[in-house]
Amino acid sequence: MAKRPQHEKKKKTSDGAPKEDAIEVMATVIEPLPNAMFRVELENKHQVLAHISGKMRKNFIRILPGDKVAVELSPYDLTRGRIVYRYK
Amino acid sequence: MIICKSQAELERMHRAGLVVWDVLNGLRHMVQPGVTTMDLEKFAERRTGHYGARAAFKGYRGFPSVLCTSVNNEIVHGIPSPQRKLREGDIVSIDYGVELNGYYGDAAVTVPVGRISPELEKLLRVTREALDRAIEKVQLGNRLSDISHAVQSWVEQNGFSVVREFVGHGIGAVMHEDLQVPNYGAPGHGPRLQEGMTLAIEPMVNAGRPAVRVLDDLWTAVTADGSYSAHFEHTVAVTSNGPWILTRPKDVTGVSW
Repeated sequence: MAKRPQHEKKKKTSDGAPKEDAIEVMATVIEPLPNAMFRVELENKHQVLAHISGKMRKNFIRILPGDKVAVELSPYDLTRGRIVYRYK
Repeated sequence: MIICKSQAELERMHRAGLVVWDVLNGLRHMVQPGVTTMDLEKFAERRTGHYGARAAFKGYRGFPSVLCTSVNNEIVHGIPSPQRKLREGDIVSIDYGVELNGYYGDAAVTVPVGRISPELEKLLRVTREALDRAIEKVQLGNRLSDISHAVQSWVEQNGFSVVREFVGHGIGAVMHEDLQVPNYGAPGHGPRLQEGMTLAIEPMVNAGRPAVRVLDDLWTAVTADGSYSAHFEHTVAVTSNGPWILTRPKDVTGVSW
């Protein structure tokens, strides 16, 4: 029986879908750092270094200390994350 | 992931392949004007049970029958029906596969019904020769697309066209393993063939344009331009002494079908 070839779908990242296997958590921004990096405190009181996602940077989403944000953490390096959303 | 089989596994696939060979040969001799595709299905179902094998297609992604019977302008995956009576001058592609003791065999043959026109005879001959040529390319160290190219070049030299939407496949302990065996492409690409790889090679050749349409039953693939289409297939293993056609007895040699 002939097979219908399946083309692997690339994961979309431009529409806010998580990149591979990221863990998304809530956090509060503590201090801004150079190069659009921030130190954020997670709900579990851990402090991690987070940078701004490309989409947010492109759309000039400003982030200030004290903002509530959503951070994606890589399961491989839990000390760094990516800010993917700023709550109003 | 491409799975290379051990000698023992190849033997078991060969046993499944022999069931496929026997049933297809029975079906081949049944084909004559007035027979319905459902008659073929019934025969195949009985024979499958007789061997204690399991029909590989029935239930596969919801496919309803043991056989794929594709008449004339149908390319592959035709569903047998008691209304579909074969007529003199038709061609019918019969595709059949089984699972026996955990391993699969898969093959197909296109059979003329009674006397057919010289053009159709040529279509069948060229398609079968394309399979012959593809099987010759199953040699250690060749690349996968050498097989694809052998099919495409022979078919197009003869003025027919190759179906792109369906491909041959790796086969083993599941019917469709990862490897895809297209029937078109430039030579010298893709993975190198290694001992123990098992491929279902299946050229699907249209007399007219290559375009395909799938009917509302979601299975039957027909040529978009209504031209006739032929389909031959064998399950072939890569061994150090060249290709081993698993879906026929070892003492049968010569052309593939």
